[in-house]
Amino acid sequence: MNDFEQFKQTFFDECEELLQQFEDVAGTLQAGANDPAGLDDMFRSVHSIKAGAGAFKFDRLVKFAHELENVMDRVRSGRMELAEGDPEFIMQAGDVLQDLVAAARSGVEATAGLEDEALARLQAMLAGGAAQPAAPAQMESAGEAGSGDFRIHFRPHRAMYETANEPQLLFHALAVLGELTAKADLSKLPELAKMQPDEGYVSWQMELRGAPGLAEIEEVFEFVEGDCDLTFEPLAAAPDVAEEPAAVEAGPVDTPEAKPAAKTENSGPAAVQSTSIRVELERVDQLVDMVGELVIAQAMALDSLSELVDIRHVKQLQALEDLTMRTRQLQEGVMAVRMQPLKALFQRFPRIVRDLSRKLGKSVRLELDGEATEVDKTIIEELSDPLTHMIRNCMDHGLETPEDRLAAGKPEQGVVRLSAEHRNGRILIRVSDDGRGLNPEKVFNKAVENGLVDADAELSKEEIEALIFMPGFSTAAEISDVSGRGVGMDVVRRNIQKLGGRVTVESTEGEGSTFTLALPLTLAVLDGMLVSVAGERYVVPLSAIVETVCPDASAIRALPEGGTVMPLRGETIRLIDLCQSMNLSRLGQPEPLRKLAVIVETEFGRRVGLVVDELLGQQQVVIKSLEANYRRIEGVAGTAILGDGRVRLILDIDGLATMPVRNPDARPQDGDTANSEEATGGLSA
Amino acid sequence: MNAEEAVLATAEAIAAGRETSSDAKQYVSFAAGDEQYAVDIISVREIKGWTDVTSLPNQPDHVRGVLNLRGAVLPIIDLQCRLGGGLTETSPRHVIVIVAVDDRQVGLLVDAVSDILSASDERIQPVPETSGREDARVFSGFLTEEEQMVAMLDLTRLLGSEVLDSALHEQTELQ
Repeated sequence: MNDFEQFKQTFFDECEELLQQFEDVAGTLQAGANDPAGLDDMFRSVHSIKAGAGAFKFDRLVKFAHELENVMDRVRSGRMELAEGDPEFIMQAGDVLQDLVAAARSGVEATAGLEDEALARLQAMLAGGAAQPAAPAQMESAGEAGSGDFRIHFRPHRAMYETANEPQLLFHALAVLGELTAKADLSKLPELAKMQPDEGYVSWQMELRGAPGLAEIEEVFEFVEGDCDLTFEPLAAAPDVAEEPAAVEAGPVDTPEAKPAAKTENSGPAAVQSTSIRVELERVDQLVDMVGELVIAQAMALDSLSELVDIRHVKQLQALEDLTMRTRQLQEGVMAVRMQPLKALFQRFPRIVRDLSRKLGKSVRLELDGEATEVDKTIIEELSDPLTHMIRNCMDHGLETPEDRLAAGKPEQGVVRLSAEHRNGRILIRVSDDGRGLNPEKVFNKAVENGLVDADAELSKEEIEALIFMPGFSTAAEISDVSGRGVGMDVVRRNIQKLGGRVTVESTEGEGSTFTLALPLTLAVLDGMLVSVAGERYVVPLSAIVETVCPDASAIRALPEGGTVMPLRGETIRLIDLCQSMNLSRLGQPEPLRKLAVIVETEFGRRVGLVVDELLGQQQVVIKSLEANYRRIEGVAGTAILGDGRVRLILDIDGLATMPVRNPDARPQDGDTANSEEATGGLSA
Repeated sequence: MNAEEAVLATAEAIAAGRETSSDAKQYVSFAAGDEQYAVDIISVREIKGWTDVTSLPNQPDHVRGVLNLRGAVLPIIDLQCRLGGGLTETSPRHVIVIVAVDDRQVGLLVDAVSDILSASDERIQPVPETSGREDARVFSGFLTEEEQMVAMLDLTRLLGSEVLDSALHEQTELQ
């Protein structure tokens, strides 16, 4: 890629961000007054896109962006007020802008006339705005405040000189506007010996009397904005002048140094850009991988060294400890690079909700909470579809029509809540609505109808609610344009499972439903419990473990069709013999004196017990895909590389729970089960 | 050759191959059981000595398990067993030849690396059609020198059933 292409690429990357920014605010626009900061953001976004597009000669894009920019400029300066329908139009205009950017990016000319309609309306808005001065009072006050006497504080940065800007020329230009007195502040000037010849040390305090307006003064400094500290302050501080936004912003002159170029248009984004850089995800991933390796290598080194180093080598031990700590910190630091706030994801939803509420004829308010919660970027990306689907589902099936709501004594406007929080090293995302909730009877009947459960099955409320995640539950009857695109909640569940998370639903009929997604913070590491069975070691995800018990042999019952069950505080728990599921042989291995049942929770909240020989301790492991070079194996969720460099398998609890009990080729295994019972029996005796 | 010698020989051969721009291709040959096999040197990523692997549950016998190779988890296929022989009795003298097929890396457990062969395509003879045995298809040809026969492995076919089709399997499963 040559430099030019690279610049172009950067421009498009930026456009994406800018468009998102535009859309974020556009989604909150309403007729009448709006948040000035948001309007400023929108204006800047369009402005930046226009500027970039101009450099690359995307003429159609420039033209459209120009008109949109003008409209936004008028709106933000209060010269135009958004009428009913305008906010929606501006959002559409944002779409057009996005299409034009996409066309420019792909190099394919956008459809002719794509932007015509929107362009015409923008122009009409501009013409209309000029014809009827929207707020004459405001105009007037702006005019008053704009003209008069100003104090200007001007401190050029080194960068300004480096771009060959000469302060003197600026002073000349200012002098043309009015009566100028300038005083140089030399207090920052160091001794000659310490002076950097190309540094800017001098600042100026100026008074300009009889200037036509602030805008004209700003224009003088247009080319050095961002390269200097610049503040304006009206000299005659009349009370009504203080109302003027520009003056208010320029007001806090107490710390002009700390607030560089407070008034300049591009100071905002410039400041933001300087604190973040764009890095390809792949590079970060490589870094994460490498640090993962480092952690393993470090643990291995420590392992082998600890045999050699004893108490006489206190210094060396300390050094090793130090190294361990630093490595951990490094790992945490690198992981944090991948973490991003959920804000970027959540911000898509106001718009979706808005569009959809119109389509469905339901009035819906979306409440967002916990947008600052940070999650691994990969997870954020993978969450977009499931969350969109769930929100649509809530709005389509969950919320009632306005009439039904009123009839049920609820406010006409429905509420969909999207919230996120960290809990126990996992992230919980909730999507809830205050709609009609799930009707257990209906759900059950439908599941029976679709052949998912037997009509005489006795299920708890939770189990019935969990049925909606079963493949084949979503049926043709409910396929609508909105949520029933042939995908149901089972797809949502599968997507979440792929991320190592789980989704549950709680519902109260008539009051609403809450879907809860519990996800790992990152896909790269996992807290696991190392267990051993017949000489093999496996990792059980700690998040699935409920408790560990030592089952009483007399309480364990074998089922006629194979498998065993045990009681636990009134609940019947199915036992899964890992030795059997993993097809391990106990040949040459002594039978352990006692066996443990690790009680784990499956997807549906059902509990099963994994029968193991020993618990070896808790460990954080680096997750590696088995599928990258091999294939999926039943009962195995993935692999982990442990401190000793060995690969261990991470157990897939749900997979194990649904694996058929081995019976046919069975004699030895039956014997095995019997043995294990004897073993536990031996303990209890 | 043990793993270290084999690595050196391979590196030399690759360097030599760059210099002599003949149309002869180079192959790494190795012994498994009583037979000699070879794969294109391009597909060989690494050669290392045998270390204990982590076994996988409910897999065919010839899948010996998985190994951590600098952070990647690779399956190790027992070549002798895959081709219908018995399980290899492993020792530290045994060698794992790591090959790349379609973006995937797989380790082949063999007895020892034998040689680096250089042969033009016409010297490789097709597999005689007489054999109805299934594993015949995993050979792409034979390189016969005097009494010594080296079977050229078609890695895609050799590893296909376990390793390469899995993406496909999964998709169909999901549907």
